[in-house]
Amino acid sequence: MFDTLTTRLGDVFDRLRRRGVLSEGDVAAALREIRVALLEADVALPVVRDFMAAVREEAVGENVLRSVTPAQMVVKIVHDHLAAILRGAESEANAEGLDLNAVPPVAVLLLGLQGSGKTTTAAKLAKRLKERERKKVLLVSLDVQRPAAQQQLAVLGRQIGVPFLAVRPGEKPVEIARRALASGKSEGCDVVLLDTAGRLHVNEEMMLEAAAVRAAVNPHQSLLVADAMTGQDAVNLAKAFSERVGLSGIILTRVDGDARGGAALSLRAITGKPIVFMGTGERVDALEPFHAERIAGRILGMGDVVSLVEKAAETVEREDAEKLTRKLESGRFDLDDLSSQLRQLRRMGGMGNMLSLLPGVGKIKKQLSEANIDEKILKRQEAIISSMTGAERKNPKLLNGSRRRRIAAGSGTSVPEVNRLMKQYQDMAQMMKQMKKLGPKGFARHGLPGLFPGGAPRH
Amino acid sequence: MRFWRRSAEEPEEPEEPEAPQEALEPRAAPAEGWFGRLKAGLAKSSARLNEGLNRIFTRRRLDEAALSELEELLIASDMGVRVAEEVAASLRRTRFNQEVAPEEVRAALAAEVARLVEPVSRPLVIDRERRPFVILVVGVNGSGKTTTIAKLARHYRDEGRRVVLAAGDTFRAAAVEQLEIWGARTGCPVIARGEGADAAGLAYDALLEAQKEGADILLIDTAGRLHNKAALMGELQKIVRVLKKLDAAAPHSVLLVLDATTGQNAHAQAEAFREMVGVTGIVMTKLDGTAKGGVLVSLAEKYGIPIHALGVGESAEDLRPFEAQSFAQNLVGLEP
Ligand SMILES: Nc1nc2c(ncn2[C@@H]2O[C@H](COP(=O)(O)OP(=O)(O)OP(=O)(O)O)[C@@H](O)[C@H]2O)c(=O)[nH]1
Ligand SMILES: [Mg+2]
Repeated sequence: MFDTLTTRLGDVFDRLRRRGVLSEGDVAAALREIRVALLEADVALPVVRDFMAAVREEAVGENVLRSVTPAQMVVKIVHDHLAAILRGAESEANAEGLDLNAVPPVAVLLLGLQGSGKTTTAAKLAKRLKERERKKVLLVSLDVQRPAAQQQLAVLGRQIGVPFLAVRPGEKPVEIARRALASGKSEGCDVVLLDTAGRLHVNEEMMLEAAAVRAAVNPHQSLLVADAMTGQDAVNLAKAFSERVGLSGIILTRVDGDARGGAALSLRAITGKPIVFMGTGERVDALEPFHAERIAGRILGMGDVVSLVEKAAETVEREDAEKLTRKLESGRFDLDDLSSQLRQLRRMGGMGNMLSLLPGVGKIKKQLSEANIDEKILKRQEAIISSMTGAERKNPKLLNGSRRRRIAAGSGTSVPEVNRLMKQYQDMAQMMKQMKKLGPKGFARHGLPGLFPGGAPRH
Repeated sequence: MRFWRRSAEEPEEPEEPEAPQEALEPRAAPAEGWFGRLKAGLAKSSARLNEGLNRIFTRRRLDEAALSELEELLIASDMGVRVAEEVAASLRRTRFNQEVAPEEVRAALAAEVARLVEPVSRPLVIDRERRPFVILVVGVNGSGKTTTIAKLARHYRDEGRRVVLAAGDTFRAAAVEQLEIWGARTGCPVIARGEGADAAGLAYDALLEAQKEGADILLIDTAGRLHNKAALMGELQKIVRVLKKLDAAAPHSVLLVLDATTGQNAHAQAEAFREMVGVTGIVMTKLDGTAKGGVLVSLAEKYGIPIHALGVGESAEDLRPFEAQSFAQNLVGLEP
């Protein structure tokens, strides 16, 4: 997606550069691409609107237009804005987790829709508070709705060694909450962690119940637990929970999935509250402080690409990398370089497996397969290059029709295949020229498109 | 069967008066006509869309601005940008620059949405030749699998079938107990092993047992799993493999349960589950909230997986057949 956005923006800016003037239409087209990217990542529409208003000026400003790689500049601007919003001003205070500075027992209330992950999160949070902050925690389930919900939390409590408030059949959530606080006080607990039943924000009765629980225990923290896969509805639920019940923060769950996570931005923007933690797995220790950068990258589909580049960098032999850097600096890229890149790619072939471990990998995997990272093809392409003379490799311009025919015959391939390779080479050489202007750092960051030339093998 | 395919001669039951009342007594609302319930569930979804349509189109020319606002309303239903653009474009072709009333736009919009979901609007057909008919229920965590099983169990029990439930979620704490409670409520035996048991082994035993007992339908619950976790998806494939040892045609149906609140990730879910375990049908849950389920429209276009039913609440009665016309009409706020 990051690639798609960069490419699409690239097209827009190319057109614009050819004409030399910036029309209203060009600006609109560039902004539209950003908008679509955000919507595809599930950022809610009203939030997208505000966001666009905020980046508009900058995204089509002088700096971008004069830049060699305007598309990448724009992506960076968008990314930085996203990260800034997600980070927020409060988060520094919360860098290490939850503010629990109140007279104990401090009540912490978890709220959210059905199936958002409240119960698992309650256990994770309890474990974290117990182990990292040495807090004495009491786990409480107010979920008298879902079958076996209370039992679920009881079992989890046992697993992590945190006491669970015994269930009294027939007791109402507000009564349980009051009893929990009283019990927490007499037992000398630091934190009383209250899990609630999942509720739809349009369910009047259940929202009143949540507000009543809140009024009864006056929690120091009321946290909305929301699924990272949430779509446009994030706006409605964030509004309703913050207006009807009141929130102090957000916990984003299932970040280990491959959703783009645009809901994070929606929730943050609508509630104005910080995202304090994110759930990254099913196990009770899979809870991490929120990483704004990571989520911003993900919304744009960049995070994964960056980690992929990191992995790729490990695979590429140091020597080769240095050679490539030198080439880069000289701005020259010949077929010998391409050949060594192909070899590297082949080494990365085993990455398919590793890839499936990364979040958001579906897209990249597709890219990889679309880019035909196929051993056989890579080998054929290497064969083509090795059938060339040294002079041809250094100076690909020499490759006229008859030479191409000779090479095809020599490598056991076909002329169209040779042509395809040459096209791929030209695309890459072009990209390398641009990279040169970015410098080696730029390569480290944007190396991937160089390795996977914009779908070259599909030509 | 009637439940799944509303026959034309079936008299329409009186509709419930208004949605707000529904909201006041949500959990144990008495059974009404399925359509009334679907409407009540969808009413909240359509209320906002409706409001927006009225604002946009009351006495207005269908110009570019109006079309792009319309497109945004569709996007807000999670339909996805591309499909929303297509739907808006089809209105542009036919109605551009005409003076249009909101009703008209809504009808055209509904027709377009219905056209897109019509091909996938297919009931879950239980083949009586296959006994027990094995239904494997899959989906990401918390999507509503177990509750959907309870709803299906209630429905088939009411039809007089012998239904057996298999507690295949051996991972999540108290998942077995949850299904056992539903089994008791719906009067269906539950086959279970302890937490941490091998899910495939349990599924195998359950099918064996259901065969022995001469059950008509076996509903197998599975642990929620994110579709990008290779190992967990592999476990699911293993369940399918062992079922085939007892019945080469099993599972006869693989239901993917999707949460209506989910955005575009529903596509990745559908793709992965389909690829790994051959999803044969979709049930979408939680349509009783404000989530509009528009993603079903783009899913229909992309994968063509049959959509069987919608979940519109938390009790065992809250399952509705998926019906293209009424889904579309309700979505855009039209009386069917
Ligand atoms: N409002 C509403 N809630 C639903 C619906 N379907 C399920 N739920 C609720 O969603 C929550 C999760 O449902 P479950 O059936 O436990 O979901 P699951 O997929 O089995 O969850 P795991 O087994 O934990 O992965 C419960 O609180 C259900 O009551 C629906 O159609 N509408
Ligand atoms: Mg379940």
